[in-house]
Amino acid sequence: MTSAPILSLQNLTMRFGGLLAVDDLSFNAKRGDITALIGPNGAGKTTVFNCITGFYEPTSGSIHVTHDDGKKFALEKLPDFKIAQRVHVARTFQNIRLFAGMTALENLLVAQHNRLMIASGYTIFGLFGLPGYRKAEREAVELARHWLEKTQLTERADDPAGSLPYGAQRRLEIARAMCTRPVLLCLDEPAAGLNPRESDELNVLLRSIKNETKTSILLIEHDMNVVMEISDHVVVLDHGKKISEGTPDYIRNDQKVIAAYLGVEEDAVEKVEAEVGL
Amino acid sequence: MSAARTGNSSVLSHALKDALIAAIVAFGLFMLLLGFLTDDSRGPLRLLTRPVLLATTIGIVFVGRFLISLIYYNATTLRYYLGALWTAICSLAREFKIALVVLLLLIGGGWVFFSPKDWPLILITVATILIGVRFGFSAALLVFAALFPVAFYNNPYFLGIAIIILTYVMLGWGLNIVVGLAGLLDLGYVAFYAVGAYSYAIIAQAYGWSFWVCLPLAGLFAAFFGILLGFPVLRLRGDYLAIVTLAFGEIVRIVLLNWVSLTNGPNGIGSIPRASFFGIPFNATETGFAAKFGLEFDPTHRTVFLFYVILALALITNWVTIRLRKLPVGRAWEALREDEIAVRSLGINPTNTKLTAFAIGAMFGGFAGAFFATRQGFISPDSFTFPESALILAIVVLGGMGSQIGVAIAATVMTASFELFREFEQFRLVIFGFAMVGIMIWRPRGLVSTREPTAYLKERKTISVEHVTEGRG
Repeated sequence: MTSAPILSLQNLTMRFGGLLAVDDLSFNAKRGDITALIGPNGAGKTTVFNCITGFYEPTSGSIHVTHDDGKKFALEKLPDFKIAQRVHVARTFQNIRLFAGMTALENLLVAQHNRLMIASGYTIFGLFGLPGYRKAEREAVELARHWLEKTQLTERADDPAGSLPYGAQRRLEIARAMCTRPVLLCLDEPAAGLNPRESDELNVLLRSIKNETKTSILLIEHDMNVVMEISDHVVVLDHGKKISEGTPDYIRNDQKVIAAYLGVEEDAVEKVEAEVGL
Repeated sequence: MSAARTGNSSVLSHALKDALIAAIVAFGLFMLLLGFLTDDSRGPLRLLTRPVLLATTIGIVFVGRFLISLIYYNATTLRYYLGALWTAICSLAREFKIALVVLLLLIGGGWVFFSPKDWPLILITVATILIGVRFGFSAALLVFAALFPVAFYNNPYFLGIAIIILTYVMLGWGLNIVVGLAGLLDLGYVAFYAVGAYSYAIIAQAYGWSFWVCLPLAGLFAAFFGILLGFPVLRLRGDYLAIVTLAFGEIVRIVLLNWVSLTNGPNGIGSIPRASFFGIPFNATETGFAAKFGLEFDPTHRTVFLFYVILALALITNWVTIRLRKLPVGRAWEALREDEIAVRSLGINPTNTKLTAFAIGAMFGGFAGAFFATRQGFISPDSFTFPESALILAIVVLGGMGSQIGVAIAATVMTASFELFREFEQFRLVIFGFAMVGIMIWRPRGLVSTREPTAYLKERKTISVEHVTEGRG
């Protein structure tokens, strides 16, 4: 077990033409922690996510993930699917991206593709239904069943994902990401659109993922209930820059964060900006 | 439901009244237009009356309007009665299963007694119905196909059409992998059909290898071409992919036209070795099939053999597709059709996944091509034009993308109707067009638009159409 942070961003910059979406961002996410990335709308949170999961190639800077065995991966040059395949970074999406026409169970089986692909001898053994593959498939269904239970979706396992209610779709997306057996789970606004009861249940789910599977979690969230209750560490972004970082209690009382979120009087802005050094 | 029942008589009288009004309007309109005709072809101008034509037209309007108001405006009532009738038939069939079998056998037996010559037809009918009642529609279709040559042994024309239909069923199933499962719109599928046919013809002529050796080679060649095409174009999506595949189809055809030293250009390749019965040729000689098996020589032997070859090939295609759907690669195809970005976020290599779909689809196209070449004995680039691609794609779209049985039905209907309407050559495409528009209105996602899940925890539930994505390439 290495003590290096699971995820480490150094001087990450992402530029879209004239727009500087992420500006020289550096932070670490500790192994086994829930790290929250917050900030007002348009702060660049999702862009950071897309850089980490390889959907964008950052303009400059580096992103490293270190596995438990000390193996280190540089993510900035890897294409998206290789990051999920080799580095085991899984993600969910702000606007849910399930396979709507496939059942909940099938969604979870697709997530175990790479493992099953090897078990099926790249399709050849699987085509003739050899026992090795059938065993692997049973295991895959068992893992899927485990996560369906965890997300309280067992009853809906055989329904198409597109027919599930919104909250259930959010949970299913998390279950699907967990079926890839990730070391780092990136959640893009998992509580968006959930009612208070559902977001409490989400807290329970995320805590149990953290405690039982030792998966580190990085999450973007606007729902402060979720953020303050479950995160171990919070990073605050505004206009692509990190303006603060610390424990939830520290962030809650940080003037710069309050200013970024709530806005302040003109002279106060100048005062705060002078403090930040803008 | 009770409201529908009480409304029944008023529905009928309402429909009658409606039809009567329409007939009167039609009479007013057509009385002068159709009822009278001025004719000056023979001598002076005369006024002719055409009462029969007028009556027929009004009759059509009356009946048509009656049906429309009955079906269209009272769909619930009608559906209720049809549904009740169907339920009654089903429960009767279930209650008296043995009685039904006995009844069928009695009818069949009586039929045989009175016209013994028809026994194969009777056999196939009775067997199909029995299997259908017991094992369902697909099994009935399978039995019907397997017994078809027995029933129509004396009708080479029917056998020929059946072979063509099965060829298109196979092509439809092959393309279904690419379009229906992986959601990649391929407008140049006929290119792989051509590659299969030409590679079979050239290899069989050059090396004299038998059909069973050349067939897999033709499939491999086609798959190779599928990968060759796939590498550069699969980064494209939707309309762009469609256009590039369309161009690829044309390029292959034009190469075949112009590479005269290999393909003999527009003259095509003739006298391609015919399929033999595992080495025994179908001819009238001492060593021929008929002589070896102590039969009288009959050219139909070859046709029946070809029928079973293409039936077997098509069934292999079907079996492989059904198996693949339940394997990780098949699930990845469908996932890719649903949402490519989510697929990538799960660590699945989208390019490889698309390539396998393209290659396997192309391989079955190649098998069908090799069969086509050996059946025809002659191939030329004229057989592999764009309308052929369009026809195969239409079969997949009409059948319902991703549905095996839907594609089989669509291929049968399309190919058979092309044959049936051969006399109305000029109107074929018009009828085709109307059929397409009709499908677009009533079944926009094809005949069978539901999706069967590939795995289940408790029960298998069919997935209705509104959740399934069509795929954007």
